[in-house]
Amino acid sequence: MSSLMNGAKMLLECLAREGVDCFFGYPGGVTLPFYDALYDHHIRHVLVRHEENACFAAEGYARATGKVGVCCATSGPGATNLVTGLVDAMMDSIPVVALTGQVTSKLIGSDAFQEADTFGITRSCTKHNYLVKSLEDLPQVVHEAFYIAASGRPGPVLVDIPKDVFQAQGHYAPVTSIHLPGYKVFTEGHTGQIRRAAQLIWESERPFIYAGGGIIAANGSDELRELVETLDAPAVTTLMGLGGLPANHPNFVSMPGMHGSYAANMGMTHCDVLIALGVRFDDRVTGRLAAFAPHAKVIHVDIDPAEIGKNRAADVPIVGDVKRVLTKLNKVLAETKPERKERLTAARQAWWAQIRAWKAEHPMTPVTSDSEIKPQHLMMEIDRLSAGEAIVASDVGQHQMWAAQFIRFHAPRLWINSGGLGAMGFGLPSAIGAQFARPDKLVFALVGDGGFQMSIPELATIAAYGLPIKIVVMNNGYLGMVRQWQELFYNNRLSAVELDCFPDAEKLAGAYGFRGRTIDKPWELAAALEEAVREPGPYLLNVKVSPFENVYPMVPAGGAINEMVLAPPQPVAVPK
Amino acid sequence: MLQIISLLVENKPGALMRITGLLSARGYNIESLTVARTLDPELSRMTIVVDVDATLRQQVIKQMNKLVNVLQAVDLTESPAVCREMVLVRVRTAQETRTAVLKEAEIFGARVVDSSTEGFALEVTGDPEKLDEFIDVMRSYGEIEITRSGVVAVSLEPKKLKLQPPVLTKVAMEQTVDGSN
Repeated sequence: MSSLMNGAKMLLECLAREGVDCFFGYPGGVTLPFYDALYDHHIRHVLVRHEENACFAAEGYARATGKVGVCCATSGPGATNLVTGLVDAMMDSIPVVALTGQVTSKLIGSDAFQEADTFGITRSCTKHNYLVKSLEDLPQVVHEAFYIAASGRPGPVLVDIPKDVFQAQGHYAPVTSIHLPGYKVFTEGHTGQIRRAAQLIWESERPFIYAGGGIIAANGSDELRELVETLDAPAVTTLMGLGGLPANHPNFVSMPGMHGSYAANMGMTHCDVLIALGVRFDDRVTGRLAAFAPHAKVIHVDIDPAEIGKNRAADVPIVGDVKRVLTKLNKVLAETKPERKERLTAARQAWWAQIRAWKAEHPMTPVTSDSEIKPQHLMMEIDRLSAGEAIVASDVGQHQMWAAQFIRFHAPRLWINSGGLGAMGFGLPSAIGAQFARPDKLVFALVGDGGFQMSIPELATIAAYGLPIKIVVMNNGYLGMVRQWQELFYNNRLSAVELDCFPDAEKLAGAYGFRGRTIDKPWELAAALEEAVREPGPYLLNVKVSPFENVYPMVPAGGAINEMVLAPPQPVAVPK
Repeated sequence: MLQIISLLVENKPGALMRITGLLSARGYNIESLTVARTLDPELSRMTIVVDVDATLRQQVIKQMNKLVNVLQAVDLTESPAVCREMVLVRVRTAQETRTAVLKEAEIFGARVVDSSTEGFALEVTGDPEKLDEFIDVMRSYGEIEITRSGVVAVSLEPKKLKLQPPVLTKVAMEQTVDGSN
């Protein structure tokens, strides 16, 4: 048994044993004992400038590595500031452990200074949460929290720790087993169902692979690639799945859904077998559910049984870890490959001809201009510099959709974005987390002028730690996605979407001690981005783009995905 | 449509809040909810009646099963089960109707738990529809006040309880690899 130590030290001991090398936080009154213990501990604490960003940074770290991201906040306002990040991690199934301080046990319930019912508030935005009542429980709870966050369908777990628990003295006994009799994790996949899936696949004439965030979470990219190549089937990856199949893979079609490509959405609509892997049939992908993939038999693989049949009934439901299920499925497919392949080959050729025809009919062509920078042009330039290898942490809005359409990712965990929740202010702090996780990588924080201004305080964090993040602001002077909807669906009545004040980027970056620049000419773009990338430290590049460009194709809310609006309606919306 | 769910739950802090919170977050209305200890004092049995579209019944069970503290969630709506509820009724009776009230109570198998010059307090158990009828009948005798317990249910077929075994932590696995400790 170890020596006597206080709860704060014990918590650090637990974190160290979980392999935590760095975490993101903001101190406060009740976490003083914890920060005192941290003073001479080897685990690196990153001081952010707002607790919300601590959680986003932890997510960025987790998304870039697959490891559990850790954040820390004090009681009351510190804890409530974590909420958006926790919901975000919940929606996108990101493993995060949030540690919060709580007022001293005997004050709980007395409306003490900086007291909030963190346990109650975070119940619905965590996979599970804990209030530690005594020091004896602390190690068990912390290790359980990491286990729950990372296993099954990953998600955020919060541990609320009263100040007196940090201060109490005790012995740390290593926790060797975790017993959660009601925590059901299904990983293996039903062998019979996997065989049925294989049979259905080999009988299919027009198979289509629809892969999502589950592929990334399960680290199942290699298995996905094997499946795609075994079947020679077209494949799409969702917003959460980008990089799950390399974007330069010949079978990769693109992203499907509301702003997906014509070929992707037509493929989904006309396939006869839809192989859905680690996806949840989100409304942004399916459009009007009744009209989604109407001819398809659905094979749905997901680790969360509650996702199967939630939005779309599955003909072959398979509950399991998508990597393990694909490993088995690939094996069964290899064993059961039909002898007589003529019919199969002919059908597959016809299907590919159709997919290629759709691609040719409405390709994803970037819009460019000689006089102004088109947002798509910006994305193409980032794509060129990234060459499929850089980390792009995106904020939320039009730039996010253009990035997803035009920036290619050749590996998983490079594309980092707030998918399910669509939380503005996510891009910059998540880039910080990603850069700490992958110091070797070129990291772009790709943000809009709206989201950037939500997370401006983190410029201080970037400067303080000298993070060489390339902050690229796609600045159209508007909350572009909201404006796009006002143009299209609210008679172009542009209400509260104009962001008519934006700081001078050079001065702003200069105030924090790094370089910045504003450009608005298309011929400046390539060189300006190259200069930003060459800069050894952080760089803020404010790119003023054509203000009224909108994201197309677009499936209007409630529409079927094959009823895309491919280009702006005529006449083009004109500002008031 | 009403769905009857039987849950076996660990008595952990916040367990009840997690369950009711999940139901409200997903927009399912709770019709009734009962909870009490089982033979194992660390576990509770809950019977929840929710008003939910029939197509969503399975989804409700799956969501319940995702909660770490829920050991078992079973849909008893259409499976063999006994469902009972208790109601306590205070009925004010005039002198001339006292006998009639007692007669009706007897028909429904109700017990008199208190009697005064004002009237009676009656206790009756049965399936919820029978209780509705009893309440209607009592109402015809005058002013009443009622408290219903909510449905408790027991399945008539054994439901296999599948519990997850303990897992080793990283610490334990490292020890195995090292051969230390």
